[in-house]
Amino acid sequence: MATISGNLPRPAPQAPTGFRLWWQRTTNARAAYLYLIPAFAMMAIITFYPMGYQVWMSFTDYGVRSLNPNSKTYQAPNVVGVQNYADIFKGDLAKKVQNFDFWKLLTFNLVWTFTNVPVHVVLGVLIAVLLNTPGLWLKKAYRAIYILPMVIPTLVVATVWKNLFDPQNGGINKLLASAFTPLIQAGQGVGLFQDVNLDTVFRIRWFDQIDAPFFADAQLPLVSFWILVVMAVGVGLALIKLRVPYATPLNIGLGVLVLGYGVIALEMPLSYYAMLIANIWLGWPFMTIVATGALQSIPSDLFEAAAIDGASPRQQFLSITVPLIRPAIVPAAMLGIITTFNLFNFVYMMSAGGPIRKTEIMVTTAYSLVRGNQLYGMAAAFCVIIFFVLLGLTLLTNSITRGTERYDV
Amino acid sequence: MSEKRLPLSQQIILQLLNAFIAFTVLVPIMWVVSLSLDPRDLSRPPDFRLIPPGASLDAYRRVLDKPTNNPVTFTELALNQFKLAGGVALFSVAIGVFAAYAFSRFEFAGRKILMLGMIMVLMLPGIATIAPLFVMLNSVNINLGEIQFNLRNSLGGVGLAMVSGALPFSVWNLKGYLDTIPRELEEAARIDGAGPNQTFFLIILPLAVPSLAVVGFLGFLGGWTEFALSWMFLTNPKDFTLAMSLYNMVGQYSADTPWSAFSAMALMVATPVALVYLALQKYIVGGLTLGGVKS
Repeated sequence: MATISGNLPRPAPQAPTGFRLWWQRTTNARAAYLYLIPAFAMMAIITFYPMGYQVWMSFTDYGVRSLNPNSKTYQAPNVVGVQNYADIFKGDLAKKVQNFDFWKLLTFNLVWTFTNVPVHVVLGVLIAVLLNTPGLWLKKAYRAIYILPMVIPTLVVATVWKNLFDPQNGGINKLLASAFTPLIQAGQGVGLFQDVNLDTVFRIRWFDQIDAPFFADAQLPLVSFWILVVMAVGVGLALIKLRVPYATPLNIGLGVLVLGYGVIALEMPLSYYAMLIANIWLGWPFMTIVATGALQSIPSDLFEAAAIDGASPRQQFLSITVPLIRPAIVPAAMLGIITTFNLFNFVYMMSAGGPIRKTEIMVTTAYSLVRGNQLYGMAAAFCVIIFFVLLGLTLLTNSITRGTERYDV
Repeated sequence: MSEKRLPLSQQIILQLLNAFIAFTVLVPIMWVVSLSLDPRDLSRPPDFRLIPPGASLDAYRRVLDKPTNNPVTFTELALNQFKLAGGVALFSVAIGVFAAYAFSRFEFAGRKILMLGMIMVLMLPGIATIAPLFVMLNSVNINLGEIQFNLRNSLGGVGLAMVSGALPFSVWNLKGYLDTIPRELEEAARIDGAGPNQTFFLIILPLAVPSLAVVGFLGFLGGWTEFALSWMFLTNPKDFTLAMSLYNMVGQYSADTPWSAFSAMALMVATPVALVYLALQKYIVGGLTLGGVKS
């Protein structure tokens, strides 16, 4: 284009000036704003204004009496400064909301997220690789089955799993009973398991048992857990810097995860494990589908060339498969982290945060502050905190992703 | 691609592995299907068979008639849920596509800031603005003697609150799709003298129909399984939705709900959307992760 018009004699256009020049130059911008108006007008009313209102509410003692200005018991909300935030962080809220402990809640929510998503990703990728094996029979049938957890609404998944974990006649307890009863009976025949009562042992109260299944008496102060995690991360970073063999960010990350989880598992109640099992069932198929899409775009001659060069299947997996599906998996994992962190329907339907708020996540707590306790001002403060936690989480996952980029490529 | 032949021993091992995985996936589904066929109407069937003796569709009939203790039929519940889901899908897509077009195709002052605002809202779960939404919607009262209307206590209010969460999602997703539409066509149209409006309505919109359907379906899915807001806002049984009733069947006071009824209900809630999801699956997965890659 440029070359053609460059050769033609051009009549000098009359240059517009002043207002007309500005008007012409901003034609596109004006169109853009016009197109944005409906969405942003709508959001201004039902999203941004409530957010601002929420910040104001969070500094007041807005309660159930402030709801209806026409009622006799109306009480205008008083500005109380940062009282709500102080109550949440320092634990004074526990006087009004039983068993509330912000730091435990945050820890559980993070442990919940970071024990779920890695399992989803690892299982998802491995199963995708398994399904991608050349010459495997019934591939299509397996693909069709494996996608089922993803297409069923989470709401239904959670209610069905809750039903499966029923203490009396739930499928899981029945499955355990039919699998282990013969074993225990055989053991009792030779004098083992004498104190096991077969009638009651498989009536596991998945969602009501308060004691942790492992080391029920262990009491780990939360502070020492976080100190441990920070120390482990510090040591890990030092090992990476010193280029100790095998100290790759991936290995260190896994190590910290396993270590941290090993410690925190001491305190997790059974309902955590029930939800973990159900959410793993729910979560890996999405990762498999994402990974399958990426796997199918890897040219097969890459693997053939590697095989000719003598690379073992394990080497091929680590140096071809992993780096090449990484760009697809990382956004999916980030999505998984945010979704799992805020998995409201699932947690509310399965454990409802129980027993004694041990499996409560932040969004379910916010919900119960509004619906159950009707502490609107407090709930607003809590939601503002959620916002900053999520912001931090997003920035953290972003920087971790960027930090590991160099290693893989 | 030419498929290599797998040695039989490996084939058998991998088949066993896959069969096991398929088994774990199918257990909950078989469980709920079998329960729904149980003819005995017991709150907790003491034994479990894959196909219960005397299997019948009785539970489905009972659920269609009266799923919960409230005098509401399944059809009414489904209609409420459908109104909510359809409304959310329609509004979020119809309004969202304009903004998505602006973000995808124009350079203008404040673009970055507006997009950042959008993403921030996107990141925030719907529950995180539930306190102010409750208070604000609750303050919209119309009282005309006979007709008393509280926006908070209505499907419309729940829908509004839902659109507030669904809109940024649909803008972001649609932007991702629009970004993949090649610009050559528009440039050709522009040379022929088409303005931004003509380009949008005559070129972009027709090309974007499949993605509008996908994003609309995701909005619909969100509305179809919406629970948190309706559970908090709605008090009149006439407004109750499927999701609320399903929760009623497993929640705190559900000890005497027959499991066969619950299972039939769960399957009837899940099946329609699951089938559509299955059909659109390829596009949905691409779209969900698109935003992350493109940004």
